[in-house]
Formats: sequence, structure tokens, C-alpha cells
Amino acid sequence: MKTNLFPAIKLTIVTLIFFCVIYPAVVWAIAQLAPGSGHGEIVTANGKRYYANIGQKFTEDRFFNSRPSAVEYNAAGSGGSNKGPSNPEYLAIVQARIDTFLVHNPGTDKKDIPVELVTASGSGLDPHISPRAAWLQVKRIAAARKVSEAKIMQLVSAHTEKPLSGLFGPEKVHVLSLNMALEKL
Amino acid sequence: MNTEILGVIAVYATTILMAVPFGKYIASVYASEKTLLDPVFNPLENSFFRISGIDRKAEMNWKQHLSAMLTINFVWFLLGMFVLMNQGWLPLNPDGNPGQTADLAFNTSISFVVNCNLQHYSGESGISYLSQLFLMFLQFVSAATGMAAAVVLFIALKQKAAGKLGNFYNLMLISCTRILLPVSIVVAGILAFNGTPMTLEGKGSMISMQGDTVGVSTGPVAAFVAIKHLGTNGGGFYGTNSAHPLENPNYMTNMVEMLSQMIIPLAMIFALGFFLKRKKMARMIFGVMTLGFLLLCVPTIVWEVQGNPAIARMGIDMGAGAMEGKEVRFGSAASGFWSIATTVISTGSVNAMHDSTMPLSGMMQLLSMMTNAFYGGCGVGILNFFIFIILAVFISGLMVGRTPEFLGKKIEGREMKIAMIVALLHPLLILAGTALAAAFPEITAAGLNNPGFHGFSEMLYEYTSSAANNGSGFEGLGDNNPWWNITTGFVLLLSRFIPIIGPIAIAGLLADKKYIPESAGTLRTDSATFGMMVMAVIVIITALSFFPSLTLGPIAEYFSIR
Repeated sequence: MKTNLFPAIKLTIVTLIFFCVIYPAVVWAIAQLAPGSGHGEIVTANGKRYYANIGQKFTEDRFFNSRPSAVEYNAAGSGGSNKGPSNPEYLAIVQARIDTFLVHNPGTDKKDIPVELVTASGSGLDPHISPRAAWLQVKRIAAARKVSEAKIMQLVSAHTEKPLSGLFGPEKVHVLSLNMALEKL
Repeated sequence: MNTEILGVIAVYATTILMAVPFGKYIASVYASEKTLLDPVFNPLENSFFRISGIDRKAEMNWKQHLSAMLTINFVWFLLGMFVLMNQGWLPLNPDGNPGQTADLAFNTSISFVVNCNLQHYSGESGISYLSQLFLMFLQFVSAATGMAAAVVLFIALKQKAAGKLGNFYNLMLISCTRILLPVSIVVAGILAFNGTPMTLEGKGSMISMQGDTVGVSTGPVAAFVAIKHLGTNGGGFYGTNSAHPLENPNYMTNMVEMLSQMIIPLAMIFALGFFLKRKKMARMIFGVMTLGFLLLCVPTIVWEVQGNPAIARMGIDMGAGAMEGKEVRFGSAASGFWSIATTVISTGSVNAMHDSTMPLSGMMQLLSMMTNAFYGGCGVGILNFFIFIILAVFISGLMVGRTPEFLGKKIEGREMKIAMIVALLHPLLILAGTALAAAFPEITAAGLNNPGFHGFSEMLYEYTSSAANNGSGFEGLGDNNPWWNITTGFVLLLSRFIPIIGPIAIAGLLADKKYIPESAGTLRTDSATFGMMVMAVIVIITALSFFPSLTLGPIAEYFSIR
């Protein structure tokens, strides 16, 4: 123990400097070349700045709605609901979300409501919904904005992101960029 | 074919393909053969050792190794306590987060020193940037400690006569500089280019399109996330770990993070084969581990893709699967795969909330940590598996009436006693811990996030994760209080160091024994038959120890919503 103590302390100090200062400095230098230069990607619209990767709370009828969130999309502290699959309180909340969706989207067949629209994401900041979830909201948005459904359908098609290289992972729609495009109509 | 499943297969296949050459590189690093990075790292490491007054060529026996390892780990632990408790006034705290309480700092510091990263705080509000950077340092050195311990085993197995087993400080440092560091820089670069922050500025904020003002936590995330995966640490920068869209921005980064957490545990198996020049042995180990991994992984993906039957009964479209706690950009298949990969290899990072996965998926995650030997963490995976090999050698030796031998060394009573203590400690810590927590509902029940069977699973998961040095959680559990901080802290300590001390002691004892050349009478330990024997030992020990507790939690829950 004693023979090892001082070498251990000294080795800790030098490696500490190396891995806590030099290594992050190298990564920081690389990040300066990246879009957003290490601050996270930013998009701007109408003079407002948004973090591209952080989902936003969209609940109004004139927007494509995002998924429920356990933290109300506040990225100061991410979080999921952590509700277990058999929790009766939780299942009642999901049922209520289905009912609310049907009220806001009259004429929707319940069996078409995709499960991700009534369940909260892990981070509480999920920026995406599935294309199915977007298509289902077209009618309501067209009515709320008094524009033709065809125009909005075009937007959804244009904003549907294919799987990576067309092969890997799910299709999705970025809710923020879709809604930004909607505002420009 | 379904693109979600295809993504999972692609990432797994790529990992295996890359692990073979990487294992060869690792073996040549530890065998001190010439490698490409020598001109950079030789002078660097030499200067580190000169300053520290360490002779990197001074060989140690197994007791000296353990003494060096435990001493430096103790230094890291004390330093961690100091930084975490005083982060409030120390520099690099732009968000003004307060210092941690003593019990939380005790838990956090131990947990990062032992490569577990159970996090009873939330990254956004419970920790300063200085502490994050210090924890990042621990993520390097704790992974390297595990790898160095595994290499001591490699060296001991290679020797035919009593001898010296390398230098601990040297093995630890070259693991950091030559294996973890270069790959970390590449991974961190990829993350930064995909939108992961790397800054020391404090929280940003934005006004959303609907007019809500929200904060956005940033920080030196890219550097942190790279080593978190590569070192199978798993402690996230943010509270929700790799589910957070800044920590894991898209499907491509998800694949990269997935690959980087599996690559070293897989490569270490092949490194063993190259190092000992026993490729057949490496293939046997890889085969058993892969079989175990697939048995756990495939059903989990199926259950997650099918989704929650209780929600399906409400009559909606279940096409996306069990989406509570999951992100649309990853989907249920990749999240199900990740949940088993991260529990099998002791990373413990998550890209979906395990608390909300299906009951039997939760059971598979628990089983992954209960066996704790399929791939396993950086270095320690091999050590855990070695214990099962010793048990299998002994049992099959008795069955066929031969003296139990492993690689030309006799396995005798002393080695068996150590192996049994290590093998039984794991269930003891998990079951006794959970039983204690269940016996004091007045302390623990209020912190449960779910009623009934699932609440029990939350407690079982917490101790299992601690004992497997995993670090993931059924995160609904309110775990930042003295009960959880202190009890899991002790579980972490015991379950890290005894499974390192045990195998190294066995290896040291074996290295000192006389080498008996293999003959026709020797039990082959690199055959498929022997592999099945090891598998049987693992299954029997795990099933007998843990089945009753699983019945009370996930299995009962499964039948309640079926």
C-alpha cells in the first residue's frame, strides 16, 4: 500500500491533466469545424432561433402535434415517464390521450392512431413522429388553417425522412421543420 | 425486409467483423509488439512514468498487481468524493449546480470508479462541468483497470513456469492511451459533426414556436459520450442518457454508439486468442457468449416490436411497437437490441427507458446482468467468464473421472474455493439487497414509481444493476436518498473488486504451478462440447439462484397483462 501510494497519486495527477484537459480540448477543436461549432445545431425562422435536435411541444390544432412528454419538452432536464406496462394509472392516461385525439380529429378511425402519438418518449424531447402520425393530422390542420389538404399532404411527403441509406432504421418526420414549413405556406 | 431489423443486423455484424482485427491490435499492444502509434505514445507514456516515479518494466506478481490496483482506485475514489461534494464553489459550474450530499457523492464516486455509473443524480441539474470532466477521467481509467486485470490473466495463462505478470501501471496506462483514447477521439468527432454539443458554456434557452420558454442544457457532451460507450461505462451526460437527442442525435450516431460499446468486450475475446495463440479457445468463448447473447436478445426484440398488450386492447395501431420511453428515430427494434447489449456488456447506457419495456423484456435485461458473463464489460467480462470456465472444468473433470486441468495447470481445492466464492457472491448481493429493501417498505415503498409486481422489479433491478456493475436502472425508482445511495454503494464495491481479485488470484496460483503437457488423457477445453458444458453451468447457476425472484417481479407482471 505505502509503496504504491505516492506513485499512484502522481500518476493520477498527470493522467488527470491529460484526460480532463488535453483530450476534451482536442475534441473541442474538432467540434469547431462542425455545424453549430459545438453548440448544437441551430435553425432560424422569422428571426427566432431553435435547437434543431430538441423537440418542441406542439399541442395546438394548427400545428402537427408532437408526442406526449414527461417533461413538457423542457430541455433543461430531460426525462421519461418510467411508467411500467401494467401500471393502471398509466394505462388510464394513455386511454385519455386516445380520447383527446379523437375529439380534436373528428372522423378518425381509432385503429389508425399510431401508438407513438399517445405514449411519451424516453427523453421527453423526441423531435420526431412517424409519417403515419403526420398523415393522420392532415385533415385537422387543413381545416384549422383553411388550406387545401393536398398542399399539406405535399409538405408531409417532402418532409418524410427515409431510413438511413434507404436501408436502416425507421422512417420519420421532423415535427419542427414540418411546422416551420407549414407556417411559410 | 423490415428496415428496423435490418439496422440491428447491420450494426451487430459490423461490430463482429471489426472486433477481429481490433482484437489483433489489442493483443499486439499488450504483447509490446511494434504498433503504428508507438512514435506518439512511447515518449508520452515514458514522460508520465518519469514524473510519477514508476518503472514501467518492473514486473509484478499477482499480489503486487492487486495492491497497486486497489491503491490507485482508492485515490480516485477520495478525489471523486472531494470534487463532487465541492462542485458548487469549484470552477466550471456555469449553471450554478450545488455540491452533492455526502451519501450521493459516496455513491457516485464509487460507481464511476468501479465502471458501473449508476447515476442517482440527473446530469442537467446535479453536477457541474468540472465534475463531468472528472467523471470522464474515471471512465477512462476504470475501463483501463478492468482491461489491465484481464491482461494479467492472459499473461498468467500464457506462462508455463512460475513468473512475473507484467506491470499494472503500464498495462493500465497503455489501455487508456493506445486503445481507448484514439477510438474515443474518432467517435467524439463523429458525434460532434452530428450535432452533439462540445462547449463549456452554460444552459442555452429558446422560445418554442408555440411560445413556451424552455432551457436547453449543453456542455462538453461529445467527449464524454465517446468514452462512456467505449469503456462500457454507460454514465450519461444527460439524465436520460443516450435517449437524449443531443447525446444521440440520429440513427447513424445510434449505430456508432452501439458499435463502440460492444467493440472492446468482443475484441478482448479475440485478443485472448491472438495473445495466447489459442484461437480455438477464443472461438469457443465467442461461441458460448454469442449463443447466450442471441437467446436473450432475439425474444426481447420480438416483445418490444409487438408492443404492450394492455394498450393493444384499446384498439389503436400498434405498428411501432412498445413506444413508451422510446424515441421515434431509433424505433422499437433498435431500442430492444440496445437494451440487451447494454445489460449483457455492463455498459448500462440506455437509448430507451427500461422501466417502460415489456415485462419479459425487463426479465431478459435482468437475466443479462444476472449471468454477467456473455461478452461482459471492458476486461471484466473475460474475468467473469473465466470463473465459469474453472467451474465447468472441475465439474466435467469429475464427470469423466479425470484430474481437472486448464491449459496444462491442475485445478485444485484452493482455486475451486475462490471460484465458488466469486460465483455465489453475485446472487447473494442481489437477493439479499432486494430482500432487505422489500423488508423495509416504510423506507423504500414511497420511492417506487409503479405499483405491484413492477415496483418489486424496480428494486430487484437496482441491486442487479449494481452487482453487475451495469449502471442502467428502472429509472422510475426514486434512488437519491441515503438508503439507495449507501446500500448500492457497498454492493458496487464488493461486486467490482472481489470478481477481479478472485480470478487474478486463481490465475496467479495457476501460474506458479508446474506445467503438465497436454496428452490424450487431457480434457479438451476448447471444444464445442466443453462450450456446451460452460453454458450449462452458467444456465444452472443463474436459473437456480434467480428464478424465484424473477417469478415475483417480471413473470408475475407478464401474466397480469397478457
